[in-house]
Amino acid sequence: MLRFISLRLLQAIPVILVVITVTFFLVRIAPGGPFDSEKAVTREVKAALEAQYKLNLPLFQQYTAYLGDLAHGDLGPSFKYPGRSVNELIAAGFPVTAELGFYALLVALCIGGLAGIIAALKPNTAQDYVPMSLAMIGICMPSFLLGPLLVLIFGIYLDWLPVSGWGDIPGDKILPSITLGAGYAAYIARLGRAGMLEVLSQDYIRTARAKGLPEWQVVLKHSLRGGLIPVVAFLGPAFAGLLAGSFVVETIFQIPGLGRFYVQAAFNRDYTMILGTTVFLSVLIVLFNLLSDVLAAWMNPRLRAQYGQ
Amino acid sequence: MSTTQTIEDIAQAEQGTSLWKDAWLRLRQNHLAVFGLVVLVLFIVIALLTPWIAPYSYQAQDLELGASPPSAAHWLGTDIFGRDLMTQIMYGGRISLAVGFVATAVALLIGVTWGAIAGYVGGRTDAVMMRLVDILYALPFMIFIVLLTVVFGRNMLLLFLAIGAVEWLTMARIMRGQVQSLRQQEFVEAAMSLGLSPATLIRRHLVPNALGPIIVYTTLTIPNVMLLEAFLSFLGLGIQPPQTSWGLLISYGAETMEEYPWLLIFPGIALTLTLFSLNFLGDGLRDALDVRGAKD
Repeated sequence: MLRFISLRLLQAIPVILVVITVTFFLVRIAPGGPFDSEKAVTREVKAALEAQYKLNLPLFQQYTAYLGDLAHGDLGPSFKYPGRSVNELIAAGFPVTAELGFYALLVALCIGGLAGIIAALKPNTAQDYVPMSLAMIGICMPSFLLGPLLVLIFGIYLDWLPVSGWGDIPGDKILPSITLGAGYAAYIARLGRAGMLEVLSQDYIRTARAKGLPEWQVVLKHSLRGGLIPVVAFLGPAFAGLLAGSFVVETIFQIPGLGRFYVQAAFNRDYTMILGTTVFLSVLIVLFNLLSDVLAAWMNPRLRAQYGQ
Repeated sequence: MSTTQTIEDIAQAEQGTSLWKDAWLRLRQNHLAVFGLVVLVLFIVIALLTPWIAPYSYQAQDLELGASPPSAAHWLGTDIFGRDLMTQIMYGGRISLAVGFVATAVALLIGVTWGAIAGYVGGRTDAVMMRLVDILYALPFMIFIVLLTVVFGRNMLLLFLAIGAVEWLTMARIMRGQVQSLRQQEFVEAAMSLGLSPATLIRRHLVPNALGPIIVYTTLTIPNVMLLEAFLSFLGLGIQPPQTSWGLLISYGAETMEEYPWLLIFPGIALTLTLFSLNFLGDGLRDALDVRGAKD
């Protein structure tokens, strides 16, 4: 297992380096310097600003300087919010996004996992068709459509739940979490169903049934671990998707999270913020992919045997 | 009824149906896939004919009318500038579908070429090429596309290229797997020993024989691409006015949904219905062509 983890960690390093390098040079070739839009800036001021942000150095030196800062965990100052560093902005926004993502994942796992298991227990019956049709709707209904619709129904017509903010009024976390989690619940339901169906047709499940175990024990103790491996393997890509989805959900519900900062930075052309956030999110995604792979491998006895305990 | 149909099918099969005819027969049994195909063809025809069949002109405004609910004159209502929503959706659909198809075509071209070369050449070239695919796979592309819109500005060509450049990876993997297994077969060896050049061999023998999985995956890529375009347009980073797309219409609709819910609901139905159709068709094709491992 240790070998598997270290192997995957080694594979992650070039990916992270590629991300940093590509992002850095992409941002540098972007048309127009970050201070071009400010009108009344004299040449001296501009030079001073560029010196402060190390823009006067040759490109390669800027790159090595950035890598050096990065090694100390310093993502640099923000171009658009003077006096604030990218680190501060991420520290302010990320906990909110992480909480939103966590609740969304919880929604996705609980609803999706349950639906998948229920559907797999009686395939090709109403018990299978109803949740799977709902899952298809969930996959085809994007979050930027589901969110406004939920706001319209539960926030405006029924007036049950608040429609914006995060942690200001009780209940204002419900709609964003459902909006973000619904699509993943649908995917997880489909993956869970397929995984469970495969496991339930295995010989060892027949043996478990033959020795007279109650059905709930067959499902919970014998099938679940194997059947949910595809779901766990999906969690890595899902995490990346959740972060991207948070861009939209945080915009719809006016949540002050990292996703909204990122979109605003994209509009403002806040280059360092874009660069810093991209690096931060990418590293996070790569690490989460790693985690979900390791977890899936740990759940799979064949892989565990292959790499030793 | 159903028995006679099956017997007919068997009779036809015994007359020597081709693989494609056989697949078509199986696809026809799948009602959801047929429904998807019909909706899709309908939408594509509407999109192609829009300039001639749209009920109003794209720019026509009626500021006095303003936003009005569906009526006999405006079947799907009008927006706050009094523009006919059905016309807007038709023109938006042209762009949404065009992005979906063109970006998928870009992905198809790159992915199939890349995968075919890697699978055909094999050895170290293959290892390097697929390692690159692995690395790119691990990149957070949604974030990169937002970054690209910042660097290169928000234009449609970039959107095509960026989305296409993301989606080719899976295509390359599928194609490589296909080519690798095809290379072992006698007819390919025969073609090689006849002295066919690698390019001709790939074009004439390998690609056509790997067509099934490619078609299935292409069908499942189009909805992903359309979703991506709508996602970016919703954020204001995709299609820019005066052009419009379903994602952009949904974003406008979401702003005014309290007073004018139809502006959100109808573009939403158009997009969801299209995505539904493509997904059902893709699933149906997967079963009909008996393709395994081309999951979405």
